[in-house]
Amino acid sequence: MTRKQRRGVLIGTAVGVLALAIVLVAVALRSEIVFFHTPSDVAEKNIKPGVRFRLGGLVAQGSVKRDEGLKVFFAVTDSIKTIKVAYQGELPDLFREGQGVVTDGKLLPDGRFLADNVLAKHDENYMPPEVADALKKKGVWKGGPPGQGSQ
Amino acid sequence: MTVELGHFALMLAFVVALAQVGLPALGLARNDVGLVAATRSAALVQCGLLAVSFAALTYAYVTSDFSVKNVWLNSHSAKPMLYKVSGVWGNHEGSMLLWVLTVALFGAAVAAFGNNLPDRLRAAVLGVQGLIGVAFLAFIIFTSNPFERLPEVPLDGKGLNPILQDPALAFHPPFLYAGYVGFSMAFSFAVAALIEGRVDAAWARWVRPWTLLAWMCLTIGIAMGSWWAYYELGWGGWWFWDPVENASFMPWLAGTALLHSAIVMEKREALSVWTILLAIVTFSLSLMGTFLVRSGVLSSVHAFAVDPERGVFILAIMVFFTGGGLALYAWRAQELRQGGLFAPISREGGLVLNNILLTTSCATVLIGTLYPLALEAVSGAKISVGPPYFNLTFGPLMVPLLLALPFGPALAWKRGDLAAAAERLWWVAALCLLVTLGAYAMLYRGPWLAPLGLGLGVWVIAGAMADWGFRVKLFKAPFAESLRRARNLPRSAYGTVVAHAGVGVMVVGIVAMTAYQTEIVQRMNPGDKAQIAGYTVEFKGAEVRPGPNYSEEFARAIVFRGGVQVAEIVPSKRLYTAPRQRTTEAGIHASWRGDLYGILGNRLKDGSYAVRLYFNPLVRLIWLGTLLMFLGGLLSLSDRRLRVGAPRRVTRDVATAPVAPSAAS
Repeated sequence: MTRKQRRGVLIGTAVGVLALAIVLVAVALRSEIVFFHTPSDVAEKNIKPGVRFRLGGLVAQGSVKRDEGLKVFFAVTDSIKTIKVAYQGELPDLFREGQGVVTDGKLLPDGRFLADNVLAKHDENYMPPEVADALKKKGVWKGGPPGQGSQ
Repeated sequence: MTVELGHFALMLAFVVALAQVGLPALGLARNDVGLVAATRSAALVQCGLLAVSFAALTYAYVTSDFSVKNVWLNSHSAKPMLYKVSGVWGNHEGSMLLWVLTVALFGAAVAAFGNNLPDRLRAAVLGVQGLIGVAFLAFIIFTSNPFERLPEVPLDGKGLNPILQDPALAFHPPFLYAGYVGFSMAFSFAVAALIEGRVDAAWARWVRPWTLLAWMCLTIGIAMGSWWAYYELGWGGWWFWDPVENASFMPWLAGTALLHSAIVMEKREALSVWTILLAIVTFSLSLMGTFLVRSGVLSSVHAFAVDPERGVFILAIMVFFTGGGLALYAWRAQELRQGGLFAPISREGGLVLNNILLTTSCATVLIGTLYPLALEAVSGAKISVGPPYFNLTFGPLMVPLLLALPFGPALAWKRGDLAAAAERLWWVAALCLLVTLGAYAMLYRGPWLAPLGLGLGVWVIAGAMADWGFRVKLFKAPFAESLRRARNLPRSAYGTVVAHAGVGVMVVGIVAMTAYQTEIVQRMNPGDKAQIAGYTVEFKGAEVRPGPNYSEEFARAIVFRGGVQVAEIVPSKRLYTAPRQRTTEAGIHASWRGDLYGILGNRLKDGSYAVRLYFNPLVRLIWLGTLLMFLGGLLSLSDRRLRVGAPRRVTRDVATAPVAPSAAS
């Protein structure tokens, strides 16, 4: 094999792997990403039931209810709009009324949000950046207690 | 007093670090031997000062000196001693102090043990290492002083975040940092080589053990973090493709590539320019990891509250070192000598393929991690990129890597024989096929790809064994001869075998856990039974008991298998007193078959409890595999060649023994 051919094989392999990676990334970024919306975004953008997205905001005061079984109901609010959420499963340890929350799921035809995941946090003072930004933009929240860095 | 001493030592360390940069810069420019030699003392002194500083902070934590703001915020007098000590680095300021101490320790190690390094190279390395120290010391002194006093001494501290009060997590940050910072050695050597315009096999021989050490620490650090997330968070998962996790995984991928390309450079003097680039990139990714974790720009399940100003400072440090390193590379890389030629089918070729696949997969992780930031900057839309993205991009790139892995060590340097290698691996392929078909026959549920994944893991494990078998001529020579060969095989060869087998073990664990995990949620009253994966779990009711710094609601559940009691699991929910925070503790019955993993949920209105049970098949293999990788690194690191540094003999043997060169020392 000549020097040129050797280099060709090397470059060919690298280009092949890169091309594969680019195709995979392009496909994955088209189909596998999830958008984040606050309750008023949901109203403004007219999100259809069945589309997966992340709903974020504050857990409305006095909204958390449990039924006889393992279902939990609560409401997520950005103080302009509020969306009721149904969730089956254990809530994270730091889930509390009045605190920021991010949930994964989709809208039901009746306008409620069916969550299959409530994102847990490690730190009480932590506010998910999307929630913090969204609430600041709506003028609802202006930065919480000065968060102390941890870990 | 001790605290002031620590603070003073910290500032003094900053000054000495400045000297550690200035001395070699001046010395190299003027060719002044005295200045160049003084760099070593500066590195040792800086390390000593930081050790004093770190000891002072530790002392403040151990004695619960709440007049120090940092101690007050993160410690509590009732906390167990282990967590008082780990509390030192369980917070931002302390962890950054640990970071600079680690940088200095690595620098001091070069200063102390680098006798056989050329003087100029050593001085340049120490200078770059000093510059990293300067940047982070400035960061600590100006934005995150751990020694700040409070005007009034509070009665007691606010306590460490309870989920951090855990043995695995106590040692997770030191290992992770040793890994991140360890790659700074490779970076310093790369920059020094670019400044000096010279790079050779001796350079690689120096860089490799440092990279290996850093890689080992990072491996064990990530594994500890993952293990902790598995049993402490109670989500029944071990890896979430979360930005904070990716932040540590990207340097690991690049570091793994660097480790392998450095071998080519050491043995064959090829790929030198590429290795230098990889060294710069690996450390840049380590810095980016620090930035992503410390700045909180990305939404993460592992995120902690952060101060945005600090993020900007770290971003500046990252831009300086990454940009500076790459600019220097662009300017000086042509000066470096390109190495020897090799056929595509050869050991070098195999290692190049390893590098291409590892760096590409690292790039896909990078894109997935940063894409939300980029998209938000461009369009304002907020998105999250979750596990489906990574499974779709990272997964397929790992398949060729794992397929090719057993071939690599079976090929000779320079020009390999693929047919001969395949012949050595035929029984491995047969075993792999058998396992795959067996898995299809026995496991009907789960994704159809999963048995192939299990087979792939077995392929890698058995491939590593086959490599060893070939080297000792197992069954090809008399047994005594094989035994003699096994004894004489260098430890680095054992290191390769063990680490590669570890990859396979981990793959089996990951596939089994991902594809065959089962989960049930059930309301349970005392006496109720639940069935999962062949186990019967009988709930015995819950009670409350006090702990050292928490109160705990715990449940007892008896685990039966085939009618026989095998274990009792005690899942619990803790309410810590300082800070007041709830945590969930899983009750785990571990076995080689898999873990039965129980979570105690909330008490329901009728007095019953929601109980969540998982069966996690072969999950221990994930961490066993990483442990094997670590041990492989350790074996390789303890190799005589690296300890004594007998380069000449090895080089000659490589030239005369084309078949299995690394077995010939």
